[in-house]
Amino acid sequence: MSVAPAVVSEKQRSNPVSHSRRGLVWLLPPLVVVAVFFGYPLVLVAGQSLTTDTGFGLGVWAEVLGSAEFRDAAGQTVLLALGATAGCVLLGTFLALVIAFVPFPGARTLSRLVDTVLAFPSFLIALAFTFLYGSAGVFGAGGFLYSPWGVLLAEITFYTPFVMRPALAAFGQVPGVHLDVAASLGARPWRVLGRVVLPAALPSLASGACLTLLLALNEFGIVLFLGAKGVTTLPMLVYGKGIVTFDFPAASVVALVDVAISLLLYGSYRVLAGRGRGAAVDAA
Amino acid sequence: MTPAVEFRGVSVHFGRTRALESLDLTVARGETLALLGPSGSGKSTALKALAGFVRPNAGRVFLDGEDVTDLPPHRRGLGVVVQSYALFPHMRVDANVAFGLKARRVPRAEVASRVAEVLDLVGMGAYARRFPRELSGGQQQRVALARALAIRPGVLLLDEPLSALDAALREDMIAELLRLRAELPDTTLVYVTHDQGEALALADRIAVMRDARLVEAGSCEQLYRRPASEFTASFLGAANLIPVDLVSEGTPATVRLGERVLTAEPTGALGPGPVALGVRPHRVGVGAPGADTLPALVRAVQWRGTGYRLDLELAGGATIRAEVSETFAVGAAVGVSIPDGCPLVGVGT
Repeated sequence: MSVAPAVVSEKQRSNPVSHSRRGLVWLLPPLVVVAVFFGYPLVLVAGQSLTTDTGFGLGVWAEVLGSAEFRDAAGQTVLLALGATAGCVLLGTFLALVIAFVPFPGARTLSRLVDTVLAFPSFLIALAFTFLYGSAGVFGAGGFLYSPWGVLLAEITFYTPFVMRPALAAFGQVPGVHLDVAASLGARPWRVLGRVVLPAALPSLASGACLTLLLALNEFGIVLFLGAKGVTTLPMLVYGKGIVTFDFPAASVVALVDVAISLLLYGSYRVLAGRGRGAAVDAA
Repeated sequence: MTPAVEFRGVSVHFGRTRALESLDLTVARGETLALLGPSGSGKSTALKALAGFVRPNAGRVFLDGEDVTDLPPHRRGLGVVVQSYALFPHMRVDANVAFGLKARRVPRAEVASRVAEVLDLVGMGAYARRFPRELSGGQQQRVALARALAIRPGVLLLDEPLSALDAALREDMIAELLRLRAELPDTTLVYVTHDQGEALALADRIAVMRDARLVEAGSCEQLYRRPASEFTASFLGAANLIPVDLVSEGTPATVRLGERVLTAEPTGALGPGPVALGVRPHRVGVGAPGADTLPALVRAVQWRGTGYRLDLELAGGATIRAEVSETFAVGAAVGVSIPDGCPLVGVGT
């Protein structure tokens, strides 16, 4: 029985054409899935975006991209996403540092709690914020919750664990002896943090930040649930054009722009995540 | 003269674990002291207490007469080299070496010259722009040494620095450390190791530790030739501990081994309990059975290149080890001779 696989393997080696055909067979199912569930809908959306009153053309693209509404939504989306990412990186890094390096009872429990928060839906945070900071909430603060700042705070709260998790993993891989040796060389704690700990964790922090930026850019639940006045993001614009006003070509244009930005960021995330793994292997 | 390093009743406990118990020890300026002991003996904990990496539960630590027990590591001015090298992986070799100098705000021009100076000292001048991952283990160890030396520490702490190297490289590094030792006569070295060969080669004095306590401290030759305890005799030089009957005390004492009466040198307080002769394997004579020898059987033979190592079972059942120049067949009956003048230690000391 044990000879058979070796024989097959030998045959494969002796016939590379047959081997590559087998490879294509295995490649086919995921390609079909991607084509049916992602490629085809995307083609439909792209086709829809090129549909004009007189047939096909770039008229809708020109109209949407030239509109103040789109520019405002794009600007607001990018600003909110960048703000949320910056806030998440600062807060997430700080909290991860405390959990990783400041010994206190319950640190491990807190670390596991972070994983739990990752499983929550985003609207739950918005709902909790409504109870806390809404007009009738415990800490009702006027219109704060229904402003861009409210959305920003909710997004930071929801997405911070997405930075904390890779940061905790990265900090966990920094050997304690590195900190000891750095201190013995005369480095004060802040210098050890800035020159030894954070550079070692930088690829992981960057990949966490990139993931957060990607998710915040496409955040829909929080913005919709809070219903913040004057806050229109690209996903909200897609929703408004497509579901409220039934302007599908315009909704498709906005959606495609959103997809393009997301893919660009996802590519960056993959590159940084790869470097993060490389750094972790080096550290080990 | 004020010692460079002094432990005064230092104890370190981790929860219920006693990692170091009442350590009293001094190291003179320019001296190399080896803390020698098996795993869990407390030697690394003593080093950590000295470096400030752990806070003693009791006792005080002094550097040049100053009580540094409460000082954080960055204010102690010690150089530390550890077994894993602990080079910062994201920094090149020169940046690693410059780390301590920059932390101490040494002027930039001086940083460059001192980095070049210490890298040349350890023979790594040509590797300044490499990353640690691009270096071999021995090269990384040299860089770690250069980094510790760059800050010109009065006391250099080396925690099992050669343990991660292969045997040949370890021999080279011992020679390298001896050369550095000669070039830095004023620097005090505290060298933690479990390898008696490293300790004997590098140290002026050895402090033997066991079970979180200091067993004894003394010059290498003193501990090797006249160990005051059973533990030191067996750990340092792998002496055979052969139980004997004490016939008469004194210096020398007289002991009985089987039918033979030998003279022996008591090296410490013998106490009322049983005593044993500490006999180094190379001092055990093996030949044909005779009237003046102890009957024994050869149980195992290992060829060691320069000679043979024999495991011998004495008539009473005790097993001893001998290192001889000629081989014997396994199972052969031989005669063992023990010379006069071997150290005599109390069993259990």
